[in-house]
Amino acid sequence: MTETFRPLGGKLFTRHFQFMGVLVLIAGYFLIRRFVFGIGDVSNLSDGFPWGLWITYDVVTGTAIACGGYAMALLVYVFNRGQFHPMIRAALLTSVFGYTLAGASIIVDVGRYWQLYNVFLPQYINLNSVMLEVALCVTLYTLVLWIEFSPAILEAMKANRLLRFLRHILFFFIGVGILLPTMHQSSLGSLLLIAGYKVHDLWQTTIIPLLFLITAITMGYGIVVFESLYASVNLGRKLETPLLAKISAIIPWLLIVYLVLRIGDLFVTGNIRAIAAPGPEPFLFLAEVALFLCAIIALADKHHRTRPTILFWSSLAVVLGGALYRFDAFMIAFDPGPGWHYFPAVGEMSITLGIVAFEIMAYLFFVKKTPILAAEH
Amino acid sequence: MNIDRRQFFKVMAAGSAVAVGASPVQARQCKALPPDAIGILYDANLCIGCKACEHACKDANDMPVSSNGPIDQAHGVVGAWDGDDDLSGRTMNKIKAYVAEGSRTDLDDPEASFIKRACMHCIDPDCISACPVSALTKDPFTGIVSYNPDACIGCRYCQLACPFNIPKFQYDKAFPQIVKCQLCAPRIAEGEIPACCDACPTGASLFGRVEDLREEGHRRLAMQPGEREEFPLNQLGGATREAEAQSYYPHLYGEKESGGTQYLMVAGVPFDKLGMPPVGEESRARLSETLQHTLYKGMVAPGLLLSGLVYAAYQHTRDERDADHADHLEREQDDD
Repeated sequence: MTETFRPLGGKLFTRHFQFMGVLVLIAGYFLIRRFVFGIGDVSNLSDGFPWGLWITYDVVTGTAIACGGYAMALLVYVFNRGQFHPMIRAALLTSVFGYTLAGASIIVDVGRYWQLYNVFLPQYINLNSVMLEVALCVTLYTLVLWIEFSPAILEAMKANRLLRFLRHILFFFIGVGILLPTMHQSSLGSLLLIAGYKVHDLWQTTIIPLLFLITAITMGYGIVVFESLYASVNLGRKLETPLLAKISAIIPWLLIVYLVLRIGDLFVTGNIRAIAAPGPEPFLFLAEVALFLCAIIALADKHHRTRPTILFWSSLAVVLGGALYRFDAFMIAFDPGPGWHYFPAVGEMSITLGIVAFEIMAYLFFVKKTPILAAEH
Repeated sequence: MNIDRRQFFKVMAAGSAVAVGASPVQARQCKALPPDAIGILYDANLCIGCKACEHACKDANDMPVSSNGPIDQAHGVVGAWDGDDDLSGRTMNKIKAYVAEGSRTDLDDPEASFIKRACMHCIDPDCISACPVSALTKDPFTGIVSYNPDACIGCRYCQLACPFNIPKFQYDKAFPQIVKCQLCAPRIAEGEIPACCDACPTGASLFGRVEDLREEGHRRLAMQPGEREEFPLNQLGGATREAEAQSYYPHLYGEKESGGTQYLMVAGVPFDKLGMPPVGEESRARLSETLQHTLYKGMVAPGLLLSGLVYAAYQHTRDERDADHADHLEREQDDD
């Protein structure tokens, strides 16, 4: 546990970085239009599809992908697997940006953003609202993530006194930082309960909060493995394969629990009959299951888990499967009634792309300038 | 370290036992209709599709009538009819026409029907349960569901939640609001009736106490087609007119839908054909709130979970704190 974290150094303004910058500028153009001319000017959102790509990707999927920090904190601090400690800062970094930018994209998505602070005012809050819980938990967790992540910044700033103080109270924030995602990642699923028939039978279920929670944790481990491999290759670092093999051993178990609950629930409620209905939804459902099954089969074998290629593709399958689950439930298999259709507009996609690009730029800035990645021996 | 983990699970187990024991899963009560709740009974069999209610609605709510070139051209007048096709950020009340496939658009066609769409003013509104900032509220006496733009953050969860797809949003505005029928609450406060009922020449839109309207609805469902019957105009207890009863599809829409609504409908054709959605008899808000309040009752379960987590984190960061201490002693010595 006494490993040290070091900045990577190296050139920041690479061609890759500049390309991301261009994406951010394009998003900036559409953002200006959104705030001047309204949401309808840049998006295909409608009264039938009030939530589209921004909520589905930036918030619901984005924060699940940002569950790396949560999943690793569970492993290191609850199950006391200290050997994974070297990976926790990188996981926290993606979580910090995932959540911060999810919060930022909410400002873009909500219509009356200048009144957003009403969710904190006691005279307005509605304790029956699932949305209130999500809003409060996500805001609070974003703050907690910055506190958990701040040692990296403080180390870079050499603020030793503050750092020492922080180290002694950090355990509290670590605890809160595990509770909050448990609450809101499940509630992100509960958001759909009230939509009733609008959510397709293959996705609408009372156990949706549990399903969202399990997939969020699984996606967290998936993204930690994926990001570590991707960063190692692209930043020229040694592969962390032995550690990744251990993390990825958890994934099949979580996915099996998920699939048993998901499919078992469909049989118990009888909603499984929707699988025979015409339309693309049964295929989307099967695609989700197939992605997860691939990951289970690939990662169940101990020897497979030591091969970076298999780890890479199976962790990608986990993340994509979890993302598809969210896209299906919130967007693709969402049907408010006849006459409503939705496909994201160019402006909407550009803003989302810009946010992802900004996230990658910030990631590169921080790993190169601040002590995030464990020093290689 | 194994001991710590065992201890952690002990805390967790105790926590969940307390949480489960303290809060047996009990569904939230169904909401009851306020005794003096008011509403509208819409009778599609009486509606002649004149759309006077649409115009009156826009006037009463200070909303501009939309122009629609083809409609103006077809009728040879400008501005007499509202040009919007459906409820939108500009429209709170809409008459739509239903014609069976292959049928002529003839008023006497028994398969043809009008339908008036507006807020249903649910007894247990999903929109109110969904709204994080209480921008939608239900009046405890009249039962009117109204909207407060000063609270609204524009998240549009009410749109997602509403089973009738009623709240509309001004996507074309930089400073948008939610738009929906508020049963002309300001007019009601002045002792008047909603503008649509006031404007309706046939009594198709009928204002009254919901309980009385339910009775009136059932009276109509029991009518013999072809008989001459009395139909109240504008509001219950006021003027009436005599007309020939047409055949009714035996369903008072809104009596039970989504926990009951204060806007009720009767018609000659099944309501699914008129575009009414497949809502159950229980509001989804009840399920959603039952689940949330079971999980978060008194914040007992999250509180216990938190103490377990903080305890575990404290135990498992001990090395870090010590290492940090040692590290700094070393560094201070180096500085010297």
